[in-house]
Amino acid sequence: MSLILPLAMGFAFGALVNRARVTDCNVIEGQFCLCDFTMIKVMLPAMLVGGLGVLALVQAGDAHYYIKDANMLGVILGGAIFGVALVFYGYCPGTGLAAIGAGSVHALVGVVGMIAGAILYAFSYGWIKAHILDVWALGKVRLPALTGVPDLVWFAAVGVLAAAAFAWIERRSVES
Amino acid sequence: MSATSDSIAPRTASARGIDLRPYLFGAGIGVVSWAAFAIAHEPLGITTALSRAAAPVASLFFGSDVVSQNPYWSPMPFAWDYGVLFLFGVVGGALASSLAAGTFRFELVPRFWRERFGGSPLKRVLGAFFGGAAMMFGARMAGGCTSGHGISGTLQLALSSWVFLISIFASGLIASRLVFGTAWKGGRR
Repeated sequence: MSLILPLAMGFAFGALVNRARVTDCNVIEGQFCLCDFTMIKVMLPAMLVGGLGVLALVQAGDAHYYIKDANMLGVILGGAIFGVALVFYGYCPGTGLAAIGAGSVHALVGVVGMIAGAILYAFSYGWIKAHILDVWALGKVRLPALTGVPDLVWFAAVGVLAAAAFAWIERRSVES
Repeated sequence: MSATSDSIAPRTASARGIDLRPYLFGAGIGVVSWAAFAIAHEPLGITTALSRAAAPVASLFFGSDVVSQNPYWSPMPFAWDYGVLFLFGVVGGALASSLAAGTFRFELVPRFWRERFGGSPLKRVLGAFFGGAAMMFGARMAGGCTSGHGISGTLQLALSSWVFLISIFASGLIASRLVFGTAWKGGRR
């Protein structure tokens, strides 16, 4: 069980991202030049379907949340570095790892780079913690608690916006 | 601009020509998330485990004392636990899937890179290595990646994760424009 479960969960995730074609770095790059919207077509349904199910599980007492710290400076700055790196690498960490399985040798090189990046981060951690992570640190905050807007209203709003955006994207791609 | 066509995989399109597969496989990742929360008790994520797997590598170069006393690694020392084994599952799942679909192929210099930077394997290796290194640095500073924040965090409506997602898209869109310009069509000309 302790060996099968993580391998099976990873296997399912790897197979799904491969079938969704986001293990092709040209597809990921296409998202950032707004030429190919596959990446958000995968992410938003994952978020909505996952979110509604996890909300039900949490309310039934069968799961609990794992909220990451809102260290706002670190999240914004880290996200900005991540976005630039994504354009040069062509994968995010999960799709890069999966792309190795699909035969991408340069994805493997990037994962070796990630190990190097992790070592660099670990050795810089003391300074980063004091000067970046502890700045504007709001803690483990969820949007419903922060805004007073209930969970289901958030999901409905994201769902409506996503549906409108996807309808527009699909109409454009059929016309062209 | 063609958004969905690709010569690699056969198209299973609906009657109106819309390729529903990205949405369906995305929803499938959402269902896997249910199991991650309810059964595995650990949300889908990559970089936390991968940064822990970097600890034994660092031990080879810098010695195990330096690593065990490091303030980043010491609260979460390396172990062959759920998060680390999950990473091997991801590679295996994509391997099985691409072999089954007939899409497995070795690739060293991808199309998008070749069209902008040329076919030199050395240039691509450097780009992928430093891209991966910077990506991990940014992910650790933010506390997650496109999986841990972008899917697992946003589905919990976490403030940090939504801010991260907006930040990477803003940064990535600007970087793509600066690196590739406006004429480039995502390596699919």
